[in-house]
This record gives sequence, C-alpha cells and structure tokens, in this order.
Amino acid sequence: MITVENVSKSYGATRVLTDCSTAVARGEIVVVCGPSGSGKSTLIKCINGLEPIDAGRIVVDGTSVADRETNLPKLRARIGMVFQTFELYPHMTVTENITLAPIKALKRTRAEAVKRANTLLERVGMHDYADRYPANLSGGQQQRVAIARALAMDPIAMLFDEPTSALDPEMINEVLDVMTALAQDGMTMIVVTHEMGFARRVADRVVFMDQGRIVEDSPTQNFFEQPASDRARLFLSKILHH
Amino acid sequence: MTHFDLAYVVSTLPLLWDGMQTTALLTVISLAGGLALGMMLAVLRLSRLRLVALAAATYVNLIRALPLLLLIFWFYFLVPLLVGRPVGGYTAALIGFVLFEGAYFCEIIRSGIQSVRRGQIMAGLASGLTYGQTMRSIVLPQALRNMLPMLLTESINLFKGTALVYVVGVRDFLTAASVTGTRDNTLVEMYILVALVYFLLCLAASLSVSRLQRRYAV
Repeated sequence: MITVENVSKSYGATRVLTDCSTAVARGEIVVVCGPSGSGKSTLIKCINGLEPIDAGRIVVDGTSVADRETNLPKLRARIGMVFQTFELYPHMTVTENITLAPIKALKRTRAEAVKRANTLLERVGMHDYADRYPANLSGGQQQRVAIARALAMDPIAMLFDEPTSALDPEMINEVLDVMTALAQDGMTMIVVTHEMGFARRVADRVVFMDQGRIVEDSPTQNFFEQPASDRARLFLSKILHH
Repeated sequence: MTHFDLAYVVSTLPLLWDGMQTTALLTVISLAGGLALGMMLAVLRLSRLRLVALAAATYVNLIRALPLLLLIFWFYFLVPLLVGRPVGGYTAALIGFVLFEGAYFCEIIRSGIQSVRRGQIMAGLASGLTYGQTMRSIVLPQALRNMLPMLLTESINLFKGTALVYVVGVRDFLTAASVTGTRDNTLVEMYILVALVYFLLCLAASLSVSRLQRRYAV
C-alpha cells in the first residue's frame, strides 16, 4: 500500500536520506529503528508529504506523494500521524481536538464527529476526559488522545514518530497497549521507535536505518536473531543489554 | 494657583469631552489601521520569498528607528510640498500613527505567530487540514493569546501617544485641557484631571485584558 523508491533528501548541504527503498503492505506493521540522526523521523514525514523529497518516489495507495497534482491535504486526511511530542491543540478540549479535522476536512457534522470521538475515546480508555484540556492530562493520556485524534479520520494507515520517547517510563505501556490493540485490529502501521520489546511482539518487519540509509529490512525474527549487518548487530547489543 | 473647584471642573467638561472624542477617534482609527498594516507586514516578513521578507523588515526597522514626531512632521510639512496643497494636522497625524504603529504591531504579531510550536502546524497539516485552516483554527488562536499583553501595551502607548497631535494643532483631550487651563488660569486642576482620566482609562483597559486572559488561559 505504501512504497518508497530510491528516496533521497538533503537539508542544504546535509544529506539526511540516501537512496531509501521499502514497501509496506496492507495490514503490515513495520518498525523503523536506528540511532538518532539516522533519518527515521524524516523518512516517515516524507510519506505524508510533511517533508518534501529531492529524488525518488513515494506512492501511497496509488497516489504519488511528490506529484505536483497531488492534493496533499486530501492524501494526509487518509494517513494518521502521531508525534513524539503529542501536539494536541492546547486551546481545545479533548473532544474538540478529535473533531476538528473530521468537521473541517471531511465535512462531517458536529454530531457525527462527536459520536465518533466518543467511540474512539472509549477505545483508548479516555472517555472520562472528553471535556478536559490537554494541559490537565498526563503525557500518556495526551498521547492516547492523539492516537484517537488520528483514528478519527478513519485512516488507511498510521504513522508513529517515536510515540513513547517523550513519556515517563510508567506511561509507556499504556500507549504501547493501545498501539498493540490497533495492530491486532489489522491497521497498517509504520512505527519509529526504540521500544524493541514492542517491535519483537508486534512488528512483522523491522527496518534498520543508519546515516540516512536503510541498512537492513527484514522480518522481525530474522532481525533480532541474526541481523545481517554489523551496524545493526552493534545497535542491538547496545540497546538490548541495559 | 486657585483652590480646587468642582463646579468649575464640571463647567469645563463639554469642551474636554469634545477633546476626548477626538483622542478616542484618533486612537481607534490608528489602532485599526496599524493592526491591519501590521498584520500585512507580519505576513510579508514571514514570507518564504526572501525579497518580500527583506522589504518588510527594512520598512519595520526604518520606521522603528525614527521618532514618531518626525513622521508626523513629514506629513504635515514635507508632503504638502510634494502634493501642492496642505495635508492638515489631523490627516498628517493619522497617517503618521498608522505607519508607525504598523511597524510595532508587525513585530508583535510576528513574534506571536512564531511563538506557536512548529509541531502544531505539522499536526494540523498531517490531519488533512489545509495551510489556511491550520493557521485559522490552530496557530492564530494560540498566537493571539500569546500576544495579547503586548498588543494591549502597544495600544495603551498609542492612546497616550495621540497627545502628540498638539504640535500640529489638533484639539485632542490634552490640548483641550491645556487651552482651558491657560484661558482660565487653572492649569493645575486641568493637568491633574487629565492625568486622572488617562490613568483610569489605561487601568480599565489593563484590567479587562487580564480578565480576558484568565478566561482563556489553558
């Protein structure tokens, strides 16, 4: 459903992505990992066109992202995204956060949007907080609301950009549990994360990046048991033994 | 100096009220014009087109480096030489205020917009909103709240600053009081009254804005 072909990108003189290619099938869960600065976040921001690419091609459900004719808002409305820093809108309640885009971009009625929001809040265990403001929620609660907000657009795929990196340790699991449930429901997901436990349990495939290149792209079991590259082996040894 | 005479002060009120209306009108028009110009300049300064941003920045820096009084003099004394007929004190002052406040409001609005985290724009765009919708629903409401105190301070400065029209012969509140005080030899009463009125109006404005802010605080 999502194909990334030979994508390269630079910020000025700094190369951030070099000739990256991979593909994600419908219902597949792909974890993207690698050291900081390896281009993971940039890569998934290219998928919904938040970051423009310099070379190559990204196709989402038959639509080429970088194509001039592509209606980016329309495309982005079909791909959910969850950020490291949650990015809930601080001046809106939880319900308003979730209903904004469905009302504005999908032209749903407020009543429809609120009904859907309630269902989703129930699903992420936040239905008691519908009228709260983000500032009154913990990090884990905010991130669960952010997931509900992304789901409110009925996306065909979800992108997670280090969704648990900004969380206190005791809140990480409540977010991972929601993501695991989502995966079990068959959602197509690309997850940038350092949570190797989650990757092992949930991912179908692991993409390992280093210095802007995709170094390894293998089924989860292979990646953890016999990584092909030295770089991935070194990364795993550092991240798993602490 | 005469003793403070309430009946006398009351008798001067109609004249002072005329002056206050002029002051209020000058403030409102300059505020509206300055905000509109400032908004436009802020958008230009944030433009991705280098030349456009540079032109707006040059204007802002130039204007902010000049005394307001000089701007008013330009339009009062120099522009008539160019256009061949007098501009009039009122118009000259208004143009001066709008051009001057536009530069200050530009900076306030620009910093307000920039105070909103970039991630908020990303989140809006990622959810399928257009850039315009993201600005209207997500960025501007937050920016406005952040810049409210600065906008108020600048508006109060403008309100007090309109007293400068004295020099081009427009009869605002302060001028009306001066004229009355000089005529009746009551400058002490008049200047105390003027100070009191300015103080109370500015205090009321401050209080109402901090109330507004508390209501919309997150």
